[in-house]
Amino acid sequence: MSPIIETQGLTREFALRGRGLRRTRLTAVDDLTFTIDPGEAVGYIGANGAGKSTTIKMLCGILVPTNGTVSTCGLRPVEDRVKLARRVGVVFGQRSQLWWDLPVEESFRILASIHRLPKTQEKARTEELVDCLEMADYLATPVRQLSLGQRMRAEVSAALLHSPDLVILDEPTIGLDVLSKQRLREFLVDERERHGTTLMLTTHDMGDIERLCERVLVVDHGRLAFDGTIGGLSRTVGAQRVLVVDLAEPTPDLVDVPGTTHLGSESRGLQQRFAFDAEQLTAAQALAAVSQRAEVRDLSIEEPDIEDVVRRVYASSR
Amino acid sequence: MRANLQITRRLVWSGFRQQSTYRLAALGGLVANATFGFLKVAILFATVRAAGGELNGYDVATMSAYIWLSQGLLGSVNLHGRSELTERIKSGDVTIDFLRPLNVQLSHVASEVGASLFALIPRGLPSIGIGVVVVGMAMPDSPWPYLLGFLSVVLGITLGALVVYAIGTSGFWLIETRGIQSLYMVVSGLLAGLFVPIGLFPTWLLAFAEATPFPSMLMYPVDILSGRVSGVGSLRLVGVQCFWLGLTWLAGHFLTAAGRRKLEVQGG
Repeated sequence: MSPIIETQGLTREFALRGRGLRRTRLTAVDDLTFTIDPGEAVGYIGANGAGKSTTIKMLCGILVPTNGTVSTCGLRPVEDRVKLARRVGVVFGQRSQLWWDLPVEESFRILASIHRLPKTQEKARTEELVDCLEMADYLATPVRQLSLGQRMRAEVSAALLHSPDLVILDEPTIGLDVLSKQRLREFLVDERERHGTTLMLTTHDMGDIERLCERVLVVDHGRLAFDGTIGGLSRTVGAQRVLVVDLAEPTPDLVDVPGTTHLGSESRGLQQRFAFDAEQLTAAQALAAVSQRAEVRDLSIEEPDIEDVVRRVYASSR
Repeated sequence: MRANLQITRRLVWSGFRQQSTYRLAALGGLVANATFGFLKVAILFATVRAAGGELNGYDVATMSAYIWLSQGLLGSVNLHGRSELTERIKSGDVTIDFLRPLNVQLSHVASEVGASLFALIPRGLPSIGIGVVVVGMAMPDSPWPYLLGFLSVVLGITLGALVVYAIGTSGFWLIETRGIQSLYMVVSGLLAGLFVPIGLFPTWLLAFAEATPFPSMLMYPVDILSGRVSGVGSLRLVGVQCFWLGLTWLAGHFLTAAGRRKLEVQGG
């Protein structure tokens, strides 16, 4: 099976205008080599400015690499841009591909004709997407009047309308509330199960990665800092979740809860924090273990911050 | 080929539909067009009368036709130089254009042509209406100038979109293109015959204007519609329009190909 994405020493520099006429070069992507096989779900993470979007734009033939080679869906992105565009669906969370003044359904119709979908396929696919992403209520609403959550669902649909082999999502959940995030993630999982789509995802949300991806690429300053499974990433950086519980009454530090590490207490033990490894213990198990020892009134789970993960990957790779 | 035509039609229609959502803006445009139309009436009528009622083939009635037809086309022919392309290069949204299985030039020009065709309804027709009803103007009495004239208007609109697109590709290199846009606005208006008909130009300026695509954008459609140029002469003008159409399409095509290699979209 030949890979769906293959890069070899991929590099992109930008000219930076400094003070006066001075110009410096910024290497946004630096000697990147990786492959992704058809059907994989890959998280592509890194801090702001790490080179994620630039990589994606080179994969799609929007930006021309300064150096190195890239092949996407077996095509050369820059030369075969139009052909490639029929096989890739991309969402840039910060940009819209919908027609701002027109109703959502009109955008879908225009895109269907751009992608030359036969009428029957257009109808079936639109119905499927509208149904899965619950968009029926606002199909006739102009895009500019949609809420962010509604618009993101429409954006994702627009990118998937032509049933692409490869779906690339750049920050698809940025700014979404918990419920909208959840709905979008569930949809993406379903979509992969049904169509076997390859997924590449950049995000600042560790939750996206954990629920959607099997493999993670971490990029830092344009270089690949980690390539492996989620489990491997957790092991490398010890990515742990934190359970915070509010207890009914002041309690001595619960240091003996199995599978967790007591991180600290506040207000005479009214609030306590435990770290646990999501690979070995579910949040429910951790909670149950705490509940056996004290009455829990409220709880929250803190997920590891992606910037933090990247920092630790970077530190451990030195 | 058929699929391409269908996509083009869809894009033109999308531009038309988009533009139709800005009704108040269209009304504002019409008011501005009409105001300047009356100003042109005052100045150019006085000029014709001062010349003894006839000036380079224009009398008051044909001058009126020139004024109201050109004012009517002003909302549709791009003589302001603003280009969607440069704005999208600047904001980085051009990313989306390159993500589509479409020729970027075709998609930009097609949707601008669609928007311009819509503008003929709230801005073009009422302006001509003012000319006919309020001021009075000469009109051809056979159907031919209207038919060929409409074709010529569509060609002129398309040419305007193509020229502005080609100039807009400078954004790939410059990012900030406001200077170029201002220059375009002044030069194109003058040479397209927006301020005065190019038939009133001194010989040297007329020759210069005719060596540019600008008269094909506004003056020639107006000449054909008003019946000032007819028969073989009008076909020749349409031929000249087609020539410029081909040339500017090629220019835009190659500039896009070259500019793409310069494109820098950082972040987002």
